[in-house]
Parts: sequence; C-alpha cells; structure tokens
Amino acid sequence: MPVDLNAPLPACLALIGAWALIGAAGLLRPSSVRFAGRTLFPLGAIVGLGLAAVAAVGLARPAEQVVLAIGLPDLPFHLRRDALASVFLVMLGAAAAGISLFAAGYFRRGEGTPPGLLCFQYHLFLASMGLVLLADDAYAFMVAWESMALASYFLVVSQHRIPEIRRAGFLYFVVAHVGAISLLLCFGVLQGGSWLFTFDAMRAASLAPGAATLAFALALIGFGAKAGLVPLHVWLPEAHPAAPSPVSALMSGVMLKTAVYGTLRVTFDLLGEPHWSWGLVPLAVGLGSAFYGVVFAAVQTDMKRLLAYSSVENLGLAFAGVGLAIVFHGVGMRALAVLATIAAIYHCVNHAFMKSLLFLGTGAVLHATGERNLGRLGGLLRRMPWTAWIVLVGVLAIAGLPPLNGFVSEWLLLQAFLFSSEVPVNFIDMLLPLCAAVVALCAALAGYVMVKFYGVIFLGQPREAALARAHDCGWLERLGMLWLAAGCIALGLFPAQVVAVLGEVAGGLLGEVPPRPAAPWWLLVPLPDREASYGPLAFLLVAAAVIVVTAVVVRAVYHQRVRRSAAWDCGFARLDARMQDTAEGFGQPIRNIFQPFFRIQRELPDPFDAEPRYRVTVGDRIWGYAYVPLGALVRRLADLAAYVQRGRIATYLLYSFLTLLTLLALVLWNGPRS
Amino acid sequence: MERTAILTQLLEMGAAVALAPLFLGWVTQCRAWLQNRSAPPVWLPYRAIRKLFHKDAVLAQDASPLFRIAPYVVFGTMVVAAAIIPSMSTLPLNRAADAIALVGLFATARVFMSLAAMDVGTAFGTFGARREMMVGFLAEPALLMVIFVASLISQSTALPVISEALATQALGLYPSLAFTAVAFTLVLLAENARIPVDNPATHLELTMIHEAMLLEYSARHLALMEWAAALKLFNYACIGFALFLPWGLATGAAGPQALALAIPALLAKLAVAGLGIAVIETLSAKLRVFRVPEFLAAAFLFAVLGMLVHQLLGA
Repeated sequence: MPVDLNAPLPACLALIGAWALIGAAGLLRPSSVRFAGRTLFPLGAIVGLGLAAVAAVGLARPAEQVVLAIGLPDLPFHLRRDALASVFLVMLGAAAAGISLFAAGYFRRGEGTPPGLLCFQYHLFLASMGLVLLADDAYAFMVAWESMALASYFLVVSQHRIPEIRRAGFLYFVVAHVGAISLLLCFGVLQGGSWLFTFDAMRAASLAPGAATLAFALALIGFGAKAGLVPLHVWLPEAHPAAPSPVSALMSGVMLKTAVYGTLRVTFDLLGEPHWSWGLVPLAVGLGSAFYGVVFAAVQTDMKRLLAYSSVENLGLAFAGVGLAIVFHGVGMRALAVLATIAAIYHCVNHAFMKSLLFLGTGAVLHATGERNLGRLGGLLRRMPWTAWIVLVGVLAIAGLPPLNGFVSEWLLLQAFLFSSEVPVNFIDMLLPLCAAVVALCAALAGYVMVKFYGVIFLGQPREAALARAHDCGWLERLGMLWLAAGCIALGLFPAQVVAVLGEVAGGLLGEVPPRPAAPWWLLVPLPDREASYGPLAFLLVAAAVIVVTAVVVRAVYHQRVRRSAAWDCGFARLDARMQDTAEGFGQPIRNIFQPFFRIQRELPDPFDAEPRYRVTVGDRIWGYAYVPLGALVRRLADLAAYVQRGRIATYLLYSFLTLLTLLALVLWNGPRS
Repeated sequence: MERTAILTQLLEMGAAVALAPLFLGWVTQCRAWLQNRSAPPVWLPYRAIRKLFHKDAVLAQDASPLFRIAPYVVFGTMVVAAAIIPSMSTLPLNRAADAIALVGLFATARVFMSLAAMDVGTAFGTFGARREMMVGFLAEPALLMVIFVASLISQSTALPVISEALATQALGLYPSLAFTAVAFTLVLLAENARIPVDNPATHLELTMIHEAMLLEYSARHLALMEWAAALKLFNYACIGFALFLPWGLATGAAGPQALALAIPALLAKLAVAGLGIAVIETLSAKLRVFRVPEFLAAAFLFAVLGMLVHQLLGA
C-alpha cells in the first residue's frame, strides 16, 4: 500500500489495525509466553513507534476525513485526523512503544489470564484508544470508548481469582459506565435536533445556551469519570494496584488522557464557543482533585495506590489548565487561552511518559520482590541499580523539578495563572490568581510524595530479609523504561520546540494561532510581549560544568581518599533496618496537617500488651459520605423493584396480559383519529 | 560585548561562591554580639571548609553513588542559582530561568539532599529528610506567592525585570510588597534552617532538621554541603534584595562604573540583612517541629494577603 505522507490517516488506521491483528494472533497460541512475549509484544512496540512517527508527520498536515463502511448497515464509521488527534496519537504511540517493550519481558506464565489472551486484550485496548482519538461520529466514538473500557476491565481483572481484584474491577466497570451513559446523553444533546450523530453535524448545530451548558456538564461528568476527577476518582486507587503493571502504566499513562482529549474536543471543537463561566467548573474540580490526590498520595503505603492518587493529582492539574483555557477563551483573551491549552496538553504528554515509567518501575520491583507494600521494601538501589536509576528520572520529573519535563508544564500553567488577573470580570480576576497558590502547593507536595516513594523503595536498608534475593529486571524491561526516561528528558530539555508544535495544535483548536516569539532555539518564551523565559538546556550545561569543575578542583587541590566504615548515626552502634522511617512515618506530617481530609482509624498498643500492635488505616471520606449512601440507595431501589419481580410465572403472565390490554386500549384510542 | 557579558557572569558567580561563607560568618558574628558572647572570627566558615577538604572522607558501608554525587549536585545547583539571580547586575544567564524556575532549582537541591539523607537508612537521616520535605512543601508555595505578587506588579516573572520595574516605580512603597516582605522573611528563615524553625548551632539530634540530613557526611562531601548551605542563604538574601531593595543594580547597558557602584551596594545590603537575621534569631526561640506548619502557613497567608491587597488597591 503506498503511503501518502500528506494524508497520514490511512497509515494511522493501518497501524491501529495492525495492533488489532497482533492481538488476534495472540489467540493462536494462548498459553505460549515465548510467542506473546518475544514476538507479539515487540511487534506491538514497533507498531507504536510507527504510529507515533506517522502521527507526528500528520501534525503539520491539514485535517482529513474518511468513512469506513463497518458496523451497522446505515451507520458507517466516520474518522477524522486533525492536529489535536495527532498529538494524542503521538503520545499513545510513543508511550505504548515503551510499555509494550517492557510488557514483552514482563508477563509470566501462571499469573492469571494466559499470556496469549492478555496479549489480545492488551492490543485491543491499544487499538480502541487509537480509534477513540480518530472517531468523528458519536457512534464510532462510543463503540471505541466502550471497547476501551471493556478491554481494560478484562486486563484489570486478569488475576480474577483474588476477590479484591474482582471487586476493584467491578468498581471500575460501574464508574466507567456511569461516565459512558453521561457521554451518550451528551451526544444526544449535542446533535441539536438534527438527529445526525456525526461530529460535523454537531459542529454545525447551533445549540440554545441552556442545551449547550447541559452538554458541557454531561461531557464533564463523562470524561471526569474516566480521568478520575474527585469525586469520581474512587476507582483509580483500586484498579491500578489490581492490574498488571504494564496495564496500569497504559491506563494511567494513556487512557486517562483520552478524557482530556474528549473534553477539549467537545468544548472547543463541537460546542465551538464555550461561555467563560463554564471554565470555572473544570478549574475548581481540577484543582480540588489535584490537591485531594496529592494529599492522599502522601499517606499511602501501597506503591501502586500511591501512584494512582498521584494520577488523580496530575489529571486534576490538566483539567485546571483546560478550565483556565475556557475562561480565557470565553472572555476573548485568545493568546492566554492558547497558553493554558498548551499547558494542559503538555502536562498530559509529560504525564504519559513519567507515570508510565513509574508504573513500570513498580512492576519491576513487584516481580523482583513480590511486594507492593512500601513497609516491606527498601534498599533496592543496591540490588536493582538499573531499575532504580531509571526510575529516579521519572521521580524527579513527576516531582516537577527542572530541568525535567514535569516542571515545564507546571511552569506554563503558572504563567497562564499569573495573567488571569487581567480577566475583565470582577471578583474572578481576584480569585483566579489565588488558584495559582493551589497549583504551587500541589507541585510542592508532589515533591514530598516522590521523595517518599523513591526513598522508601530504593534507598535505606532493606526492610525484609527476602529483599536480599531481589534481582534486576531483564533487558527488554530496561529498554522499555529507558525509552520512557529518554522521553522525559527530551520533553524537559527542549520545551521551546514542543511548545511550538503544541501552539499550532492549540491555536488550530481555538481558532487563533499565536505569533511565534523571536527567541533563540534553546529558550522557551511562551508569550511574545512578556519577559518570561525558561532555558533548561542552558542552566543544565552550566550546572554540569560547575559540578565537573568542582570535582576536578577538589581532586587536584586536595585528594580523593575515601574510607568505608559502619554508618555513624551519632555513635549508635546497633543500627537495624527497623529504625528507619517507614512509609506511615513519612506520611505522618501530612496526616497531621491535613487531618480533616482523612478518615483515620488507629489501633494503639496498651503498655501491658504481651504482643503490642500498632495499626493505622487512613480512608477516603468521600467513600463514606457519598458512595456508601449511594450504594444503600441503589440497594433499596432494587428491593422495591423486587416487589414486582416475584419469580412466579402466574404473576409474569398477568403482567403480559395487562400490558397487552393497555397496548390494545392505546391502539383503540388512537386508531379512529388517524 | 559578548565577552564582557560572559566575564561579568563569571565574576558574579565567583563573587557569590566566595562571599557566601563570609555572609554566614557575619550572621554568626552579629548573633554572638547580640547575645553578649565573644564572637568567633568572621572567617570561621572558610577555615571550617578548608579543614574539611583536607580530611579523609568516611563513607557508610552501604552508601550508594547517589550519596556521593548529591553534594556535588546540591553545590552545583546553588552556584547556578547564584548565576541566575541578579545580585549585582543583569546577566546573560538571567533569561535561562525566571523566578519560578529558580524556586524549582531550589526544590531540586532539596530533593537531592533528602534522597541522600535517606540513602544510608539511619534513623536520624530519614527523619531529617522527612522534616526537610515538610518545611519545603510549605515554604515553596509561600515563596511562589511572594514572587507572584512582585510579578503582578511588574508583569513579568523574570527577576531582572521585576527589580528594574520596582526600582523605577512611580509609587514610593507598595503596600502589597510590605506583606510579601514579611512572608519572604519567614520563608527565608525556614528554608535556611534558621531559628525559629531550625537551629544551625544545635547539637541535639532530635531537634535537627537540616543538620540531621548531613550527619553521615564527612570531609569534602560535608564541606560542599556546608558551602552549598551558605550559598543558599546568600542566594535567598539576593532574591530578597532583587524584590524589596532593588536599588543599585547595574543594568545590562551600563558600563563598568555602574558595576563598581553595585559591589559596595551589595556589600552594604548584605551587612544590613545579616544583622537583621541575627536580630530575628536572637529575639525568637526555636519552635517545636509540630508548630512549624503554623509558622509557614502564616508566611503563606501573608503572601496571599499581599496578593489580595494588590488586587484591591491595584498597587
């Protein structure tokens, strides 16, 4: 098939199809680890790389559409690739390449679902995420969205013999479907009376303000459920630990971003002209989620739950960026709206790399030690140096430290917030800059969380004897993680180039391409008329030079002598691993400072206990306040429904008979008039 | 032009590295005077650093490479921060990082220091790291809010632009800056492990924050860490000057005579600032660790008040 580089959509589709085929091939030999691991997953990684490359070519090309006659007879799939879809496709492809490489070495026999079947679900998941990004009618979108949810559900419950994992999967399934129903209703409103469900028709439809607001609210609920915004975040900390690590990486790193994509698509593309005040909702919910997520991440003792809460935080920040963009767009400050959108998309891409990397790192640790509990890990830097050093890159990136990538998007977001005092709406112009304080607090807390995560797992003394047998991961796993770490570094060191690309994308979406400020290539200048710039490469080079000069000078002038001895610890000789700070201990300041957020249950030992026990559990208040009553309500309604459903055939026959009578009556009533 | 710019840049970095221990010694000396003790010589930090460089380094058996590279990273970060802050003149590297990125750089140093403190796995080291991160996550947003207020006034987050705008302002005094100056002082004390948050002279491990993280370090590694701490204090003082005492900076276009004026101006400011820190440290007692969040919340609140005042008065 000749590939036309000016129209990369067919090539994208072919690659997505290739993913589906690779998945199907897994079914040929479902129990062969070698076939799935050594052949299919690496192939999937290559397809991912190809997709990223093809979509990157498409970034600068005009939008293109295609109609595929698959599905129901009168409902063909409309597909469209534009710049926004291309950015997210690049992200999907690039992140999937690293994750698939890792997965090639990760899956083993005897861990739940057979590897061939896992390979099928995994690649179907990838393909459906690709289709979500390309869908151009509500029907195709919902089919892709639902297959994405289903495929990931089966991946989450791959170890379905464990009851907690089944429960986690069920919770994920329920929340995903609440979201899906909301989206379905949203598209129902968006068609605006034309009863045409292509996105083109929705773009053309002009909605009444009330209907538009309703559509926006429904979209926000639907996508918010997928993104894990508070209060719909409860499934994330359950599903991520339950899923195998590459799947967690894919869900957290890529799938959550489809929600940001969808929100941008519906708000700016399908609805067209959002009202500025809508933006306040995603802004408030986003900031709330960011704060809530990071505070809860700080007190977790399970490494994957910690990362799941950290995802809640990061998605919250991305939605805050989207909200800010809507506000700016609505009041006509287009250049700043573009800046906020760039910040949101940049954060999504960054998060795809760094969070996937961290989840893969936990996978490597899990395989080496069999432990997810932070209280039983420690000192792995010496046993698993490859994993530890690569994960360090991800940790520094997600903690928002320059010169890595996490900092760039937070910097852009803060810059956007800084100019929100110029929004020409009273009161809002005072409130918005204060929101920057929340962003700053979340960024700083993320640093706290990540020091805890890295310090407790990889540094210090091993907390269990079994950790001495931990081994580093294999070369495929290292390669996958290295690829993602390289992405984190590149996205951090060349922000000007990334922002230039994202500027075109956001500009195209918002209908205004901002002028490119004149600046040297190594310097990021987001807004031409403001004196704010950031050039990580410059100060990284200076820092490296200073470090090298210092080391050389110290060596030349003094000496390099080193002696090894026991740790000093202020002269205490009998140091052991249990004297280190634990994960609970590291979370203690946060527990104290933000006490009202948590539902804390303590079990303290008595001085006279023969076997003293100390246990503290930290729960989510939202679960008790919202979900438990909701669950009880649903149960009560179900009990009411049970009155009708007695299980006796005679009753059911009576129902049928009565229905028939009613229908006949209706026909008779309406008949003579027609 | 290009060559003079690079020369000035190197000169300013060198000046910061050289002056930082002197500033620390000055603060210690003022403190001793105020507390009616006989003061150590102002050169004491230099001697301590020199002595440490001569010693053999002793590393814990389990110390990883991370532990060994951390002092270099922390020191390098602080030197780069000194290269970015306009302490005497506006510099070519000023553009590479604005005030927000500067806060990020400080965070990088803090994270490396905390990770290194957790590396050996001693009880004191890990709780030092925990406390340092606690102080950090509360102080960092407060510092960012301080910078935000100054940026709102000058419409930029670049420090040279901020100082220039504030130095050539029409208004004599910004009420919002008064609030943020208080906030900044509180943050400076907390971030540099001064009383009332931490006591640089303490020998009681249980109350330590900064020192607890350095307990396993010795010789050249410790020297670099101590020097980096001195540089951090110097850098914070210079940020304070850029925001609240922006006069006497040589701008890029000015010639060498402006720089000749800038050096005594900086020294005078440092002398006053050192005395100020010593007065605060003498007048206050160390807080319990549990009270530190309240202290920093007050800093945050002052900065937010400054922002509200700016929004309400437009000044």
